Amino acid sequence: MADTATLMPYDEALERFEPVLGLETHVELGTGSKMFCGCSTTFGAPPNTQVCPVCLALPGSLPVANEKAIESTIRIGLALNCSIATWCRFARKNYFYPDMPKNYQISQYDEPLCTDGYLDVEVDGKIVRVEIERVHLEEDTGKSTHVGGATGRIHGADYSIVDYNRAGIPLVEIVTKPITGTDRLAPEVAKAYVTELREVMRSLGVSDVRMEQGSLRCDVNVSLMPRGSTEWGTRTETKNVNSLRSVERAVRGEIERQAAILAEGGRIVQETRHFHEDTGQTTSGRSKEEAQDYRYFPEPDLLPIAPDPEWVASLKAALPELPSVRRKRLQQEWGVSDLDMAAMHNADAIDLVEATVAAGAPAGDARKWWMGELARRANEAGTALADLPITPGDVAKVTELVASGALNDKLARQVLEGVLAGEGTPDEVVEKRGLRIVSDEGELSAIIDQVLADNADAADKVRGGKIAAVGALVGGVMKASRGKADAGRARELILEKLGVQP
Amino acid sequence: MSLIHKTAAELGRLVAAREASAVEVAQAHLDRIAEVDGEINAFLHVEAESVLAQARAVDERLARGERPGPLAGVPVAHKDVFATADMPTTAGSKILEGWRPPYDATVTRRLREAGLVILGKTNLDEFAMGSSTENSAYGVTHNPWDRSRIPGGSSGGSSAAVSAYEAPLSTGTDTGGSIRQPAAVTGIVGMKPTYGGSSRYGLIAFASSLDTPGPFARNVLDAALLQEAFSGHDPLDSTSIDAPVPPVAEAARQADVAGLRVGVVKEFGGDGYQPGVLARFHEAVELLESLGAKVVEVSCPSFTYALPAYYLIAPSECSSNLARFDAMRYGLRVGDDGTRSAEEVMALTRAAGFGPEVKRRIMLGTYALSSGYYDAYYGQAQKVRTLIMRDFEAAFHQVDVLVSPTTPTTAFPIGERADDPMAMYLADLCTIPSNLAGNAAISVPCGLADEDGLPVGLQIMAPVLGDDRCYRVGAAVEKAYESRWGGPLLAKAPAL
Ligand SMILES: [Zn+2]
Repeated sequence: MADTATLMPYDEALERFEPVLGLETHVELGTGSKMFCGCSTTFGAPPNTQVCPVCLALPGSLPVANEKAIESTIRIGLALNCSIATWCRFARKNYFYPDMPKNYQISQYDEPLCTDGYLDVEVDGKIVRVEIERVHLEEDTGKSTHVGGATGRIHGADYSIVDYNRAGIPLVEIVTKPITGTDRLAPEVAKAYVTELREVMRSLGVSDVRMEQGSLRCDVNVSLMPRGSTEWGTRTETKNVNSLRSVERAVRGEIERQAAILAEGGRIVQETRHFHEDTGQTTSGRSKEEAQDYRYFPEPDLLPIAPDPEWVASLKAALPELPSVRRKRLQQEWGVSDLDMAAMHNADAIDLVEATVAAGAPAGDARKWWMGELARRANEAGTALADLPITPGDVAKVTELVASGALNDKLARQVLEGVLAGEGTPDEVVEKRGLRIVSDEGELSAIIDQVLADNADAADKVRGGKIAAVGALVGGVMKASRGKADAGRARELILEKLGVQP
Repeated sequence: MSLIHKTAAELGRLVAAREASAVEVAQAHLDRIAEVDGEINAFLHVEAESVLAQARAVDERLARGERPGPLAGVPVAHKDVFATADMPTTAGSKILEGWRPPYDATVTRRLREAGLVILGKTNLDEFAMGSSTENSAYGVTHNPWDRSRIPGGSSGGSSAAVSAYEAPLSTGTDTGGSIRQPAAVTGIVGMKPTYGGSSRYGLIAFASSLDTPGPFARNVLDAALLQEAFSGHDPLDSTSIDAPVPPVAEAARQADVAGLRVGVVKEFGGDGYQPGVLARFHEAVELLESLGAKVVEVSCPSFTYALPAYYLIAPSECSSNLARFDAMRYGLRVGDDGTRSAEEVMALTRAAGFGPEVKRRIMLGTYALSSGYYDAYYGQAQKVRTLIMRDFEAAFHQVDVLVSPTTPTTAFPIGERADDPMAMYLADLCTIPSNLAGNAAISVPCGLADEDGLPVGLQIMAPVLGDDRCYRVGAAVEKAYESRWGGPLLAKAPAL
């Protein structure tokens, strides 16, 4: 279904409407084995090789809950400032779908493990508190691939194939309360929330949270209410939002689409929508108006979960430093401004800078390269900073070469370019491209003689006391050496040759 | 006495002492099956070669000096609802016709480990839903006492196999009475252990919170030995109890009720009960008293609501448990002609593969769990369940065991209740409370009803993990009756 939606320009949409957001995030836990059986959870194995009677739902098989997954969920809840249930149950969510082997999903319904928390995120220098409604534990489904047809979706496909490797992988669902008052920052708040959540997961070590592999998935709920109104509008739920950037774009796109409909007196349909990476737009999916009745009931095959409060307290005491606390600490250690820190955070550069510092670079230099040249390159290539083919160790090596005088900044940029182009380590690139600064006095002297001969006027001016004119001569030397000369040394030698005291 | 008439304990002793080989014992039972099962239809699957191979393996284990247990070399008939890696497993349903599981149920595995020889798979009501074995997709099973009558259900193949001397032992599952009721109407012993005492792993689920594997035998001790062989904690079943198996065989040998307090459940009796059943039941109570038990009447008012609560909880769970039969990974597939969607194939397969009773229960359960009805049906039924547990708790403060008739009537004629589900459901009136509460309960023979000369069962209920009390009382009753009758009740059955 390729419905082309009319959009209202963002600024106008925000003048007339106030957005309300809700985010449902699914995180696949890195528990090694699946939620209810012993199968491996390794990503990318050949289809249907990580399956057993339990996760294929063969008749007679029974689930056994993964203790580690329960522990991880509780740790996530604690990191998100939630209350942890002292007694709760799994529930069956019943619906038929070919990639769900039992045709019910073991999930949690009205008794989630964790409730009522919050996560503070920073947007535009301001702290926004996102309230968490619940964190619960469930199992993932298999993965269907629809072959044939234009959309890659089930409708219109010739046939479908199912990989059950993913079926039964533990999945934590984190649901926010409705987020209001974000105003025009709604897209940024959504992105900042998912970013922060991802960092919390990483710091806890519970998941590799890779959006592109689906181990972190986000559904974005958006509704609009007219300015001055207090009644929330009908919301839509956008799925298939597979990157942080997409979270932002999906919110923005949905605000623009809904605003256009509402402005013309139209009605928002409560439905699932699919986000399209290429256009930044959403298209209509399954309508939720004929609401699915999931017939939830307590899972009789599993015992209730009753975490011992003392154990929960010990998990809480053992939580690692959380990302926001860590950022405060690093900011102090690195001595950078709030603005610079926020910029690094937004660019997802903090881990990279920290690793570069750990590899021996001064914090200022590490930040300069990641946030300058490398950020520019990433932006040009349209990839995340972390996905550039260069390691923090490489960057540290480059800062070391600059500090030792072996490279200047201009050469350093060429070295980085070489590393990014896959030419090898910084040392190898320097070697292959011959990028070391000209430090041979004889060679430099010869270049200077030539430049002086070619620029006799400028040389005369300098001799006559107009020392400022030396700049043009240094420039000539740099040009002639294709940037490899040490500009400071060249200046000294020029003045010396012209008999002028600096 | 021929091998097929011996007790399981005696067969085990003979094989262990090398006085008979497991192969001889298995062959005798295979011969009996060949001789009578055409008339009984207890078995869905018997493969003589594989049976003899199992028996040979047991003989070899014994020759090597292994002592797998007291039932090594004893044949057992296995209800076709347990997964068996070497035999088809159908749950009595067309939807699983020909399915061979890639794995053994825990009960199956333990039978093998204990050296029992699995003779084959027995008939049952489809997915264990029924009280007559008429709901099987593979034909009805006949009661050896009167082949025009039902052998009980859902484990009717297992009760018929044991009462027809086709096997000394068989397995069953009891969700609402599916072991005790068939045992009662075929004149044998059937035990529903404490829920969680025997593993459900590999048992094709009907109602997860109720399903309980248990034994059938022609005497109380044999049943206890079989229960011991396959019971105990199983890490693959989260609802399995991590506690030692109650000393059931020891209790069966004890066979003594002196000083024991026995409660007669006031709510079971009266209208709807066959007079001949009540007469035998009252005699059994008098017998217990004469053996030194203290008998009192106990009221369990919530038991009256057990049947309706059961018919909400069990269908609710089954509607979800049976959702997996969708033609995607195993079993029947109908309508997959390359033009139909997966959803259509699922629907066509389920329409063709499930029988009417299974469909009825799936629909009942789907309805009971629907939003807007959940609280009134499933929620309310769970409350009743709690009340029933409290009734049991209160009762077991006063008495050691409770007794009642196992079933309100003797075996009814095949076809009589087939079109009347409510009448069919009443067969489980007295057995259902113990499923809802999860406690142990046994049925032992207590004579023949005067009207029809058919067996009557006495139900003995004990607290959770009080399985040994069922056996102790059951064995005492059995001993007294056998001396009164000059042998087991089954000896009065007409020869096949
Ligand atoms: Zn598995």
